[in-house]
Amino acid sequence: MAENMRMRAQLKGEVTEVKVLMTHPMETGRRKNDFGDLIPASFIQLVSATLNGKQVLEAQWGTGISKNPYLTFHLRGAKVGDVLRVNWTDNQGKTGQGEIAVTSV
Amino acid sequence: MMQRRKFIKALFAASALALLPFRTFAAMWNTSAFQATKLQEAMAALQITNISPSNDIQMVAPDKAENGAVVQIEVTSRISNTESIAIFVENNPTALIANFLFGEGADGFVVTRIKMAETSDVLAVIKSGNRYFSAKKRVEVLENGCG
Repeated sequence: MAENMRMRAQLKGEVTEVKVLMTHPMETGRRKNDFGDLIPASFIQLVSATLNGKQVLEAQWGTGISKNPYLTFHLRGAKVGDVLRVNWTDNQGKTGQGEIAVTSV
Repeated sequence: MMQRRKFIKALFAASALALLPFRTFAAMWNTSAFQATKLQEAMAALQITNISPSNDIQMVAPDKAENGAVVQIEVTSRISNTESIAIFVENNPTALIANFLFGEGADGFVVTRIKMAETSDVLAVIKSGNRYFSAKKRVEVLENGCG
C-alpha cells in the first residue's frame, strides 16, 4: 500500500466497513504562511473507490475537507478477500492510491 | 493554466471511459458548485431543487466544535435509492464541502471530517431519483478552522 493512504475494510455481518485515511495538506488557498504569502491551494478533488474493479463510490471534495482526509463508508455483498482500491486526484493533478483486501472482524 | 485544465479534463475523460459500465458517477469535479460562495448558488450548480426535509436522514455532528479545522460529520440515509449525499456548510467561504455518489453495493452512509469557519448549520442533501431530501444540524464553532 502506498504511504499516502491507510485503509481498512472489515466485514461485519452483512456490511463491510471501509475506513480510509489519506495523507494530504488540503490547503484552501486562503491561508498565509509566516511571511504573509498565500499558500497555494492544494486539495483532493476526486476520490474513487472500487471493489474488485467495479466502482462503488465517488467523492467530490472542495477545500472544506479537513487536512489528512478521513472517510468511512459501508458496502454490501463484499466477501473476505475481495480487493478494495481507492484512488484520489488533487487540484494540482497529483494522485494517490491504496489497496486492501476485505478481512473479517 | 489552460494546458493543465485540458490535461486534467483529458485525464478525467479517460477515467470516465474506463468506468463506463457504472451508473451515476460524474468523474468530473463540479467546479461551479465548489467555487460558489453562497449556499443557494452551490445547490443550483448541483441542480438541487425542491428539497424536502426528511426524518429518514440522520446526521451525527458535535453540538460544539472546539476546533473548526476538524469537525466529524456522519450522515446516514434510510431513503431508498440514495444516490448521493452532499454536505454543505452555509457560513463557510465556499458552501459545498463534499458530494458522495454511491454505486451498487454502497449504502447511503458516510463519515468524514470537515472544516468550519464559524458557527453554522451543516446541511446534508440526499438525491434519490429526481427528488432531494435534507437534514441539518447546527454546530457551534469556538475556533475558526479555515485559516
